[in-house]
Amino acid sequence: MNAFLSALGKLFRTTAFKLSFAYLLVFTIFAFVGLGYVAWNAQRLLTDQFVSTIDSEVNNLSDQYSMGGLRRLVNIVERRSRAPGALLYLVTTENGERIVGNVGALPPDVIGRVGQFETLYNRTEETGTKPDVAIVRVYLLPGGFRLLVGRDIGERIRLGDVIHRAFGYSLLFIGVLGCLGSWFIARRVLKRVDDMTEITRHIMAGDLGGRLKVAGTGDELDRLAQNLNDMLDRIGELMRGMQEVSDNIAHDLKTPLTRMRNKADEALRAARTPDELKAALEATIEESDNLIRIFNALLMIARLEAGNAREGLADFDAAEAVRDMAELYEALAEEANVSLDLSIEDDLPIHGSRELLGQALANLLDNALKYGAATDPSAKDFSAKTVTVSAHRSDGEVRIVVADRGPGIPEAERGRVLERFVRLETARSRPGFGLGLSLAAAVARLHGGILRLEDNEPGLRVVLALPLKAAEMPQPPLQSAA
Amino acid sequence: MRILIIEDDKEAASYLVKAFREAGHVADHAADGLDGYAMAEAGDYDVLVVDRMLPKLDGLSLIRSLREQKVETPVLILSALGQVDDRVKGLRAGGDDYLPKPYAFSELLARVEVLARRRSTAPNAEPTVYRIADLELDRLSHRVTRSGQEIVLQPREFRLLEYLMKNASQVVTRTMLLEHVWDYHFDPQTNVIDVHVSRLRAKIDKGFDKPLIHTIRGAGYMVRVGAEGDEE
Repeated sequence: MNAFLSALGKLFRTTAFKLSFAYLLVFTIFAFVGLGYVAWNAQRLLTDQFVSTIDSEVNNLSDQYSMGGLRRLVNIVERRSRAPGALLYLVTTENGERIVGNVGALPPDVIGRVGQFETLYNRTEETGTKPDVAIVRVYLLPGGFRLLVGRDIGERIRLGDVIHRAFGYSLLFIGVLGCLGSWFIARRVLKRVDDMTEITRHIMAGDLGGRLKVAGTGDELDRLAQNLNDMLDRIGELMRGMQEVSDNIAHDLKTPLTRMRNKADEALRAARTPDELKAALEATIEESDNLIRIFNALLMIARLEAGNAREGLADFDAAEAVRDMAELYEALAEEANVSLDLSIEDDLPIHGSRELLGQALANLLDNALKYGAATDPSAKDFSAKTVTVSAHRSDGEVRIVVADRGPGIPEAERGRVLERFVRLETARSRPGFGLGLSLAAAVARLHGGILRLEDNEPGLRVVLALPLKAAEMPQPPLQSAA
Repeated sequence: MRILIIEDDKEAASYLVKAFREAGHVADHAADGLDGYAMAEAGDYDVLVVDRMLPKLDGLSLIRSLREQKVETPVLILSALGQVDDRVKGLRAGGDDYLPKPYAFSELLARVEVLARRRSTAPNAEPTVYRIADLELDRLSHRVTRSGQEIVLQPREFRLLEYLMKNASQVVTRTMLLEHVWDYHFDPQTNVIDVHVSRLRAKIDKGFDKPLIHTIRGAGYMVRVGAEGDEE
């Protein structure tokens, strides 16, 4: 019983039920107003008709009276009173004594009044029974006689009853049907929502593969279900991404961790002199520093991709950042016997983080020097030992290009190398973690730009395309007043 | 020097206390923000190492309160947050340096030692000429001489040497060099800084029998007289 009541309560609380109920109420009110108007009009019409019948009869009789006197009036009234479905007639003396007519009993004083009114009456043949209601007109004839003509209005009352009954039935009908309808609709909606809730509960419990049913009706619940499904797809994608990253992290950290552990283990077993022990410990520290670097890089990429780095962004000159990094790497290039060609336009304002752009550029320059200068030393081509760094504005963008003349990256691999920890086979032997390009790409995205890998024929051309900060607009007066 | 470590992670804190003691310093530990505040206010510490996220009173509020009380002990903030503007927020609150977790202890030690040293030299008493052995750097005229011979340096090389000499006999890490000489705060991945230092070294030390710029393995660089403990 309680369960039933609570289910019912749940049903009553649904939006669908409440809405249907509100509609029901509004429609009922409309129906009543409509019916009431019709009833009132019908009654009025009927009364008008009665009154005009009575009036014409009174005129007719008074004419007869003036033409033929009392005798003629009595004769006509006597005849008309006996006709089936006759009107009500009564002719009395000045004192109200009955002369002729089919009205038997009247409430006292009725005949003394002159004019039109409603009254109770009994026909002569029905004296003693329950009185009926009539609309009557009492007319004073010349000579002191009184003439009463009336019409039974039981008909009008019965019409009223019919209408009242119609009111009652329609109320019942609307009520029952409305309740049933509301219940049906609410239950339908409730069932779908309950289904959704059930499925989402499953999904929350860990079954991420579950999807809400889309009924295909295109209604708002369907749209909601579709949106939730899309959201679940997106979450699933992100989860898979996370899974992939953590798998990669596990894999890539396992190697240096194992190496570190083995070195420490070996030192523990084999090292004889303090110097050997010290060297082993230093190697261990170096490995752990590498691990810290990997962690920091991963954390940074994760933060950039989560988009919560946006807070600390500011306007700065990209040209300066490019120049700074070129200057930082110039010494390294020289050491590697690579010439660093610079072509940097002045004043390239962008909105973002100078720090992060610097770091992204450092990664790109690092790569260019590491892989780009790795051509066969016997190559005659002089430009093989050149890394070009340029920064220019074009189409509302700042294009920063780091290009080398190295082996480049095959087109098929270009998408892949932007992923975390992806390193080409040819790069495996060199130091690095495979995070540099991922970080640079994440930085580009944070700035609302993109990182593209292109063919430098030969070599690799990395293009960082970042949106140029629009020139300062003149401040609108409202803002400058604020 | 006396170091106060305000850190709620017990294991990390005991490691730090031990490591600082082994490096020859006196280290105390406070496990929450309120204790840390009381100890920092009462004790005469050279450097405070403050974790950003602390129970009872968070790191930044702690630093702000100390600064309001005119406690000017240098503060190094440790943070696991490490967002772009995190450093700025930390420094704005009154911190003097900032190190995101995870970090290498050598990095922390070098930074703490530099901070402590800065405290012992009054800010206005910074000499205009740095001298180490026969090497002289004039900060006003931007002239560098060794044994009276002028050495011509690029502007960036000058700033590099200036920073090294300012912190003479102290370990300066590569990250610290990138921060103070280039004004970028990230971990220089490869040996970019090393190349700049070796270039500088070629100008400063070449032709002289006593090298002044030393490499400290696993940590960074140091300018000092003599080769004692040098591990090049």
